[in-house]
Amino acid sequence: MAVTKEDAWGVQARSQTTGSTHDENELRVAGFWVFLATDMILFACLFATYIVLRGNTDGGPGPRQLFDVTGFTEETFILLTSSFTCGLATHVMHEGRRRALVLWLSVTALLGLLFVGLEVSEFVRDVSVSATISRSGFLSGFFTLVGTHGCHVSLGILWMGSILFQVMRQGITPAIARKLTIVGLYWHFLDVVWVFLFTVVYLMGVM
Amino acid sequence: MLPHYWPTLVTGDPLIYGADASIGLVSIAIVFVLTYYKKWGWLWREWLTTVDHKKIGILYLIAALLMLFRGGVDALLMRTQLSRPNLHFLAADHYDQIFTTHGTIMILFVAMPLIFAMFNIVVPLQIGARDVAYPYLNAISFWMFFFGALLLNISFVIGGSPDAGWVSYAPLTENQFDHGPGENFYIMALQITGIGSMATGINFIITILRMRAPGMTLMRMPLFTWSALAASIVVIYAFPALTVALGLLLIDRVAGAHFFSMDHGGNPMMYANLFWIWGHPEVYIVILPAFGVLNEVFPAFSGKRIFGYSTMVASFMAITILSFLLWAHHFFTMGAGPGVNAFFALASMAIGIPTGVKVFNWMFTMYRGRVRMPMPMRWAVGFIPNFVVGGATGVMLATAPGDYQYHNSYFLIAHFHQVLIGGTIYGMFAGMYFWWPKMFGFLLEERIGRLAFWLWNVGFYVTFFPQYLLGLMGMTRRIYTYPAGMGWSSLNLLSTVGAVIMGLGFLFIVWNILYSVMHRSELRDVTGDPWNARSLEWSLPSPAPHYNFAVIPTITRRDEWWEIKKYGRTEDYRPQPGEIQDIHMPNNSGRPFLFSVAFFVVGLGFVFEWYAVVILGFAGVLAIMLHRSQEVDDGHQIPADEIRHEEIALGRL
Amino acid sequence: MSSHAATHGGHQESGNGHGGGFTPVERRFPWLHVVGYVLSLLLTVLAFLAVLHHWLSGNPLVTVIMVLAVLQIVVQLFFFMHFTEGHGPKYHILALGFALFFTVAFVGGSIWIMSFGDTQAY
Repeated sequence: MAVTKEDAWGVQARSQTTGSTHDENELRVAGFWVFLATDMILFACLFATYIVLRGNTDGGPGPRQLFDVTGFTEETFILLTSSFTCGLATHVMHEGRRRALVLWLSVTALLGLLFVGLEVSEFVRDVSVSATISRSGFLSGFFTLVGTHGCHVSLGILWMGSILFQVMRQGITPAIARKLTIVGLYWHFLDVVWVFLFTVVYLMGVM
Repeated sequence: MLPHYWPTLVTGDPLIYGADASIGLVSIAIVFVLTYYKKWGWLWREWLTTVDHKKIGILYLIAALLMLFRGGVDALLMRTQLSRPNLHFLAADHYDQIFTTHGTIMILFVAMPLIFAMFNIVVPLQIGARDVAYPYLNAISFWMFFFGALLLNISFVIGGSPDAGWVSYAPLTENQFDHGPGENFYIMALQITGIGSMATGINFIITILRMRAPGMTLMRMPLFTWSALAASIVVIYAFPALTVALGLLLIDRVAGAHFFSMDHGGNPMMYANLFWIWGHPEVYIVILPAFGVLNEVFPAFSGKRIFGYSTMVASFMAITILSFLLWAHHFFTMGAGPGVNAFFALASMAIGIPTGVKVFNWMFTMYRGRVRMPMPMRWAVGFIPNFVVGGATGVMLATAPGDYQYHNSYFLIAHFHQVLIGGTIYGMFAGMYFWWPKMFGFLLEERIGRLAFWLWNVGFYVTFFPQYLLGLMGMTRRIYTYPAGMGWSSLNLLSTVGAVIMGLGFLFIVWNILYSVMHRSELRDVTGDPWNARSLEWSLPSPAPHYNFAVIPTITRRDEWWEIKKYGRTEDYRPQPGEIQDIHMPNNSGRPFLFSVAFFVVGLGFVFEWYAVVILGFAGVLAIMLHRSQEVDDGHQIPADEIRHEEIALGRL
Repeated sequence: MSSHAATHGGHQESGNGHGGGFTPVERRFPWLHVVGYVLSLLLTVLAFLAVLHHWLSGNPLVTVIMVLAVLQIVVQLFFFMHFTEGHGPKYHILALGFALFFTVAFVGGSIWIMSFGDTQAY
């Protein structure tokens, strides 16, 4: 290897600054994308389990008996709308509109709450007809897959609440903007997961 | 309100009482020493709250060596039990518990912390960064690992150890067959430590991709850093599968679900499937960094650059992808049919190709080099024959029809010990000897080190070669004793003798460390580059200052430091007073420690099915997260003057 | 490929962590989001109608609704998550690409492997 450019070590190598050259907010958004990739694998494994166990109803209620078309239709449209309002929250955040941000973020969290409420009532209804998690392999898979998504949504609501509180106290700072970007990514990601839940679990269940 | 498994908490076994008493005594002694020397504040400020990657690396290393001791004692107990036919040194249920904790500890609490120790100590220094991308998260990772390990280890003294093998296969681990908290300990310990591992994976991917010094393109990165990137990629895509497998098993056990049960539509083989989606990549997670260490050690001690840098990178990436596509070879005998078995057999054999490329590259690196043989190089050279034999027996096992003959036999046991000890442990020991001066500022003594190496190496072959034969003679794994007249007796005795020699080797390594600590003034590394090595970490003093680089270097080629030395420009490479500016560093925090304590409480709650405790633990987790979210600035500036003073004290200005 | 902080474009997704203030962008109507929302509703309704009105059945129907679901990912990624925007090298695209590949491998592989009870090919 011919190394002749001795000057390469010289002035050039000295010219750069020493402070933190990395934008920490940007780094964290990048890391969150990687986290979403891991969460995707988590759901992939739950989907795989559900699909493998789907037919194992052990003589108990199956998808056709349990799934209520109006119920999961409502849940789907509520979550799609909340993904839209969450996008609007990020949009107005970029414009620096604090009041609009608080509004859209609250609407998103409330829609999320409504979604979780509907899901809980669906679960309660299932359990009331003795379709419990310990009834069959199919129901174990169903409750765990849908429930894991529901837990994610619930956590997202708490998270949004915490950010809402910070927005009201501190206004829109770069750190808050980063947190909102991240919670937004999380929320849209959960919407994507729901689309697959709705397709693979519910639509294929009643088809 | 006594739980239903109360009787298992008080076993009446003298072995356990002895362990209880000694653990109690050691704990009291530690508390006494810390109080007497007034070290509590030091421990909290310098270690428990640290976010410095170098200190976290050292913590991982210490924890791994302690766990290696525990796992090694387990191994010696098993070998003692198997040394003669019809022995009753251990009862059958004891034997079950010991092989379970041995496997679990060695993989999750020895191999994993060893590789994370190396990542933490080396990667930021090699890429010219001041810390990892998320130092706070890095501390969380360590403490989650630590408290996961603690949870598994306390199962020995309260509640009973898990006893269904390190794979914890269903349906044996379902509540109806394995009642009691032992398996819950296993599940929760692995879940907690798994969260930490996943965070480490994300942390190092972003660190390596985004924190490199200017000019260090991907293809100029040192190969250890490449291996850390590859292993981190495998971590983040593999660990979620473990989380799911264990989570579903826990739901089966505590909520009566039917994922993996024999009845009501459960499917036990789905557990094996999910477990090995993680489990197979896991073995590549622990071997890739060992490859990485060798990629640093061979060029350094051959006085040559690595042979075939780009093929090394390509083979890392090939192994990364392929490692995910061969999990079913762990259950060929399930009967999935020729299509499935053929695919996974071929994929398993294919991964031998990139691995073979590496072995040839290492040998060509030594070929015609000026080879020196200090301790790191000994372990590295010892690695090669081990790994070649381990790889060859691996291909034998990957042959699906052949696997019907030797699956679950001692042939398999010998194979995976050959690659895990001969591969991962040898590689990590090479790394430990290599980077020890960079961690502590002094070298490990050679003479005792050599003795330790030879004891370990001889012991290793004496232990495991008889096991290949035993496997072919029909001895299956996980049997606690065997009758005389099977023709297994003398080979088993030989294997036990080997295990004792390996145990001696471990003691010599401990002695090596203690001796070197006591004679550290003679062994001091004053140059910062004791091996005349090639990458950036050796341009720093040993140990590196807490901010690592006073001035971040600009990289112009591979093996930058080597080239600089070659052209005699090392003086220019030191920081100039005028260039030193304020440095922004992250603050220490006690929250990662407390966060992990809260998760430990959650774990205990699930183990004993005390849901109030679970809720309490989660409340703690949430409270700490909320507290963290209110923090506006978590860093501090080190003034340029202070850095100038430190650099002068280090003799670099 | 240096690791310097990228300069910020129109989208102020993340400001400088230290000292830098937050600079808002100009106000404009969120067309992208509205279009994304309409598309996502459209795709959902299509999937519904396809299933409830039995436009197809069996495997073709499964294929159609899976394709619609994949299109939903595309909508969320590009209209809401601004997948290709952002600063610095776009490693997150690679990360999600890998995740997608392994998702297909794990789900498909599991279904294939675990179908052993149905076929008994040996």
